[in-house]
Amino acid sequence: MPSKRVIACLDVKAGRVVKGVRFIGHADMGDPAECATRYRDDGADEIVIYDITASAERRTVDYAWLASVARHLDVPLSVAGGIRTLEQAIACLEHGADKVSINSPALERPQLITEIANVAGSQCVVVGVDSRRVDGVWSVFQYTGAADTIRRTPRLMFNWIAEAQERGAGEIVLNCMDQDGVREGYDIEQLLAARERLTIPLVASGGAGKPADFVAVFEQANVSGALAAGIFHTGAYTVRDVKQALRDAGLEVRL
Amino acid sequence: MSVAVIKIGVGNTASVMFALDRLGARATLTDDPKRVGEAERVILPGVGAAATAMALLQRTGLDHVLRAFTRPLLGICLGQQLLYERSEEGNVECLGLLPGAVTALRGTPEAPCPNMGWCKLSVVRTHPLFEGARSGDYAYFVHSYASAVDENAIASAHSGRTFAAAVARGAVMGCQFHPERSGVPGARVLANFLALPC
Repeated sequence: MPSKRVIACLDVKAGRVVKGVRFIGHADMGDPAECATRYRDDGADEIVIYDITASAERRTVDYAWLASVARHLDVPLSVAGGIRTLEQAIACLEHGADKVSINSPALERPQLITEIANVAGSQCVVVGVDSRRVDGVWSVFQYTGAADTIRRTPRLMFNWIAEAQERGAGEIVLNCMDQDGVREGYDIEQLLAARERLTIPLVASGGAGKPADFVAVFEQANVSGALAAGIFHTGAYTVRDVKQALRDAGLEVRL
Repeated sequence: MSVAVIKIGVGNTASVMFALDRLGARATLTDDPKRVGEAERVILPGVGAAATAMALLQRTGLDHVLRAFTRPLLGICLGQQLLYERSEEGNVECLGLLPGAVTALRGTPEAPCPNMGWCKLSVVRTHPLFEGARSGDYAYFVHSYASAVDENAIASAHSGRTFAAAVARGAVMGCQFHPERSGVPGARVLANFLALPC
């Protein structure tokens, strides 16, 4: 089995790394290229660049800027934010991304998942899902990058992740919004339920506040990877701190 | 040194080009059979699906060029899979430079597929491509199909089942993992490939 992946996500807005609480109210956390390099040096298994307002602003990532980050990285790089056509996905891959992560545009047009998978392969297509519990059911949200665009969709998390897998997604990143930014731990109940419905890798997102949270989600929800942003941006803990805690708990990590 | 990286459909070939650039290699991304045939060494990166990739190679005549190529050839990921006789992916005939067939990994909630992540390498025999590599080194894999560990294997890895992580027969070599995204161990494999006599 592959080792447990610790994935550092750079939430980028207007060219700066930012961190928000429950997706709303963002604080400046630094320069993206510097952050990416530091995380790589600290042992991050993967870097995600997420342009958080791209989708709501109907644009995609800056390809030249993407290439400038990709050129220096020797670990996998994923890009998320505003990728809504096959051509944009291809452009990201051709500028150094290894995977593209699609979220709101996949909800607008689920066929996009299949189109990218058919041309570039399932391994290039990550579907990001923002979900929170509403009236007792895990519901999918869209345009979560900004407070004034966020909206609940009619879709249920269980159905949507199964459909995404069926349509050719190579991985699901499940961002559990009730946990996001509050650093009280991953939503293990939701992630475990999602894990049981998938045969593709599942990555946990939302809620990491300390190394023990990573240990808990790997041990209890059996996810392939755990993604975090704020915990690393603030310098509260390094990726290495997290991986050391995972190793101490007997989990296989690349250190 | 001249390295031809075969432009084959769509994928993360930019990652491969960036990695070669970091190593100081002069590499060209091309689908021109003449340039590929004249290159000192060739990298066949793997992207998309086997049947699509083979169709592209056949359309350009690159399949013939690669079968006749006698200098160092390195297939990466799907590129390694294309070196075999057949792939279960699309049930397609491949280049036939290595004996055997590529078969599917079966995903389960316990062992998800695609196998996506860093797996430990087990070195099964010494080879110049793996000079300096050790069992226990981690490499980054992203794949849904794999070949068996046979006499051509240099290294193996495990996810759900054990499969060939790196292979070589004569000047034909392959990595199921992505050396361009496998940190220091990956860069070492690429550097070794670039240093092979040709």
